[in-house]
Amino acid sequence: MATSAPISKILDAGLGETVIFPSPGQVIRRRMRRHKGLIIGGIAVLLTFLVAVFAPVLAPHDPYAQDLSKRLIPPFWHEKGTWDHPLGTDNLGRDYLSRVVYGCRISLIIGFSIMLIAVTIGTTMGILAGYFGGTVDMVVSFLVTVRLALPAVLVALAVVVLIGGSMTVVIVALGFLIWARAAVVIRASTQQIRSQDYVAAAQAAGCSTIRILLTEILPNLADNLVVVATLEIGRAILLEAALSFLGMGVQPPTPSWGLMISEGKEFMLFFPYLITIPGTALFILVLGMNLLGDGIRDVTAPEGRT
Amino acid sequence: MKSVLEVKSLYVDLPLPAGMLHAVRNVSFHVNQGETVSLVGESGCGKSMTALAVMNLLPRKGVRRAEVLSFEGRDLMKIDDSKMADIRGNKMAMIFQEPMTSLDPCYTIGNQLEEAILQHRKVSTAEARDRAVFLLEKVGITAAESRLKQYPHQLSGGLRQRVMIAMGLMCGPSLIIADEPTTALDVTIQAQILSLLASLQQEFEMGLILITHDLGVVSRTADRLAVMYCGEVVETGTTEEVFDNPIHPYTRGLMDCIPVPGKTKPGEKLGSIPGMVPTPIGELTGCSFRNRCPSASPDCARTETRLIEISPGRAYRCLLSPEACAVEWNRA
Amino acid sequence: MIVYTLKRLGLAALVAITVSIISFMLIRLSGDPAIALAGENATSEQIEFIRIQYGFDRPLVIQYLDWAHRALQADFGESPYFQQPVTRIIGDRIGVTLKLGVMSLIFAVAVSIPMGVLASIRPNTWIDRIALSISVMGQAMPSFWFGLIMIIVLGVWLRLLPISGTDSFAHYIMPTIALGYYGIPAFMRLTRSGMLEVLSSDHIRTARAKGLRWGKVLFKHALRNAIIPVVALAAVQLGFMLGGSIVIESVFALHGIGYLAWESIGRRDLPVVQAIVLLLSMIFVALTLLSDIINAFLDPRIRVK
Repeated sequence: MATSAPISKILDAGLGETVIFPSPGQVIRRRMRRHKGLIIGGIAVLLTFLVAVFAPVLAPHDPYAQDLSKRLIPPFWHEKGTWDHPLGTDNLGRDYLSRVVYGCRISLIIGFSIMLIAVTIGTTMGILAGYFGGTVDMVVSFLVTVRLALPAVLVALAVVVLIGGSMTVVIVALGFLIWARAAVVIRASTQQIRSQDYVAAAQAAGCSTIRILLTEILPNLADNLVVVATLEIGRAILLEAALSFLGMGVQPPTPSWGLMISEGKEFMLFFPYLITIPGTALFILVLGMNLLGDGIRDVTAPEGRT
Repeated sequence: MKSVLEVKSLYVDLPLPAGMLHAVRNVSFHVNQGETVSLVGESGCGKSMTALAVMNLLPRKGVRRAEVLSFEGRDLMKIDDSKMADIRGNKMAMIFQEPMTSLDPCYTIGNQLEEAILQHRKVSTAEARDRAVFLLEKVGITAAESRLKQYPHQLSGGLRQRVMIAMGLMCGPSLIIADEPTTALDVTIQAQILSLLASLQQEFEMGLILITHDLGVVSRTADRLAVMYCGEVVETGTTEEVFDNPIHPYTRGLMDCIPVPGKTKPGEKLGSIPGMVPTPIGELTGCSFRNRCPSASPDCARTETRLIEISPGRAYRCLLSPEACAVEWNRA
Repeated sequence: MIVYTLKRLGLAALVAITVSIISFMLIRLSGDPAIALAGENATSEQIEFIRIQYGFDRPLVIQYLDWAHRALQADFGESPYFQQPVTRIIGDRIGVTLKLGVMSLIFAVAVSIPMGVLASIRPNTWIDRIALSISVMGQAMPSFWFGLIMIIVLGVWLRLLPISGTDSFAHYIMPTIALGYYGIPAFMRLTRSGMLEVLSSDHIRTARAKGLRWGKVLFKHALRNAIIPVVALAAVQLGFMLGGSIVIESVFALHGIGYLAWESIGRRDLPVVQAIVLLLSMIFVALTLLSDIINAFLDPRIRVK
């Protein structure tokens, strides 16, 4: 690999040994291939994404179609299971596989939307605080403290119940509640970038602040933003599931995994698959997101962590 | 004169992602009681690694091997970690380059000083305290009693380095290794710390290894010196011999970089050595200095260099004879 | 130190005021709180009566000041559902939540600090990998689901532990694990990275150069430095755990304030919800203040100027 790849910089050590320094792209590609977490996480997320996109093709039944004559059929590995309903049915006779498959869509859409709101707010605040410092920084830090002081799940529940539990309300409520971490991370990175010489150079060249923020700061935050965004999707999915589990998030009959666990809870002692299946799906997706986020951070880190 | 430390054919290897770094290669030197030996060279030449190898404080993955590594007659290569810990801070102390970060921010100066002697001697805390006060005064710190209660962040860099020196002296060691002890300090403080080290060394009859890149420091304090380049010793001898009559092209280059009072005329350009220090990674052949050497020939890449002894304790590492070195140097 | 404490106190007070305004405004999100309180079948006279009884007809600022003033005297009004003072209802139940929160914190710290230390002194070995796996899984596992699985396995199949209620210490074990597990990743990562950083620092080299034994270097010098941010995190995590107790308490039917809040939201028992939001926020503010002070106490660089 090292011989065929373009050599970006050669330092002749003068000692009969030619030391080849790979280009940044090569370093990242090499690290990616070696990073198991990144690969596993990437595959998990990709698979979930594909399942969500091709849900209509993959789901054997209509996830909303009830058939009370087929209530609580166990999954195929059970002796009473059938291949017509590979993962069984729930207490309303709905095909569980179809509901899990469509649940991918719900989780990804909600997770992604919440993340967009949270990361937009968090990034804006973080960049402003990190770049301007002083009073702006104090105000942002204050807002972060206030936000962290509020119990997120409780406030989200109250908002959803008082305004009415539609998916949009869940998304907006959670989006406005979990921006704090993004703000903290982006603030720290911005402070770091801000102290770089190229920012000083741009300032000296008389670039406008807006231009420096957009062309010097933001592009250099890109790696960090991807990491934060990925991790926040995972967190958002977990929070939505918790809300739905408490019966105050996504409303029935939508096939949200959290809601499915909540509905299955009543029957879990005799039909544990009702909670283990959606729970496992949730776990795999969030684990995948976290591994992917951590992995991206590791491979793009300047020194590379092992 | 009694020999304190004897190092023969010391090697230090560090595995790095880019390959094996041969940080120290075939380094030999010795230190006698009451004597100052200086290891001189540019940063990255293996001076500090040599010192850390002697203390057995190499980075986690670092590996050392040596034909002889003996301290007061004990073979340091054969003793286990706890025996080595008994020697460290007790018979052999080290002073580091960074006084600002070399003290634990969570404990008082007194605690950290006393800890050094409580580890090795059966003394009461009161005795340890007295010793700490005594040594703080010795290293020229006023109001020593009250300093004991202070934390490192309350002291200036110069004071912290004095504390580090006092800490090294707590158990009355027979060897002190000072790794660039003045590099991080202001110029005026540098001179004070150096003369302090020299006088303490005289007083307690310790061996001192002074690691530095500053030839001025060497000329003022060292009895003997070893010039290191790229992990190897390229020239060694008494300070007088080396300064009066440098042989190796690298030593000559270094000497040319310092102004000499009365000889260097105003406006005259000081010398410099072109090029960069190579990184000793992977298989190494030939002379390490050949890509920067004005006298290099094709032979230098093919032939292994040896340390050639021209008189007892005086040696250099070059294919050319001392005379040829001088001729080549003057021509270039 | 005094200036530092005063500054922190001022900030805490400011945060507390802001949080109280938010809790106050929260129940007005639905529009008219009188309608929400009166219930769905109320007549317009009943609504009007409640509006006047609760003072919703006054200007918002007056309402807030009145509410805040009474809240400062621990008076949150009366719960329409229980027909009892909110303070008494919460007072009866907060013990359970505090007990759960503190036990969870102890569990998380007791598991994660030794694991983080082990991982840091043997980086990239199997110990490190196991520790890392536990932390990665902990972040991905929905706590309510983990709780349910424990109920099935430990409570029902193996019959080792009671599955709900608060009668004995055993009743708290599963909820503690479920809630505490959630805090482990943060503690472990912070301990590990803090230890790795300290262990490679210059003063650790000094300590080793003094000839100190490895144990002393590790515990006296390395852990002492690395623990400072962990202690600060502990206070904040306790706050998060108290907030997260709402999920765990409803899984295990623990009658603490989380469970109460959940039920009260469903019952539109707004004074109770409002009081719990405010209370949890205030506890968090107090905990961060405490954490700042402990931090300063542990770190001479802040304490001694």
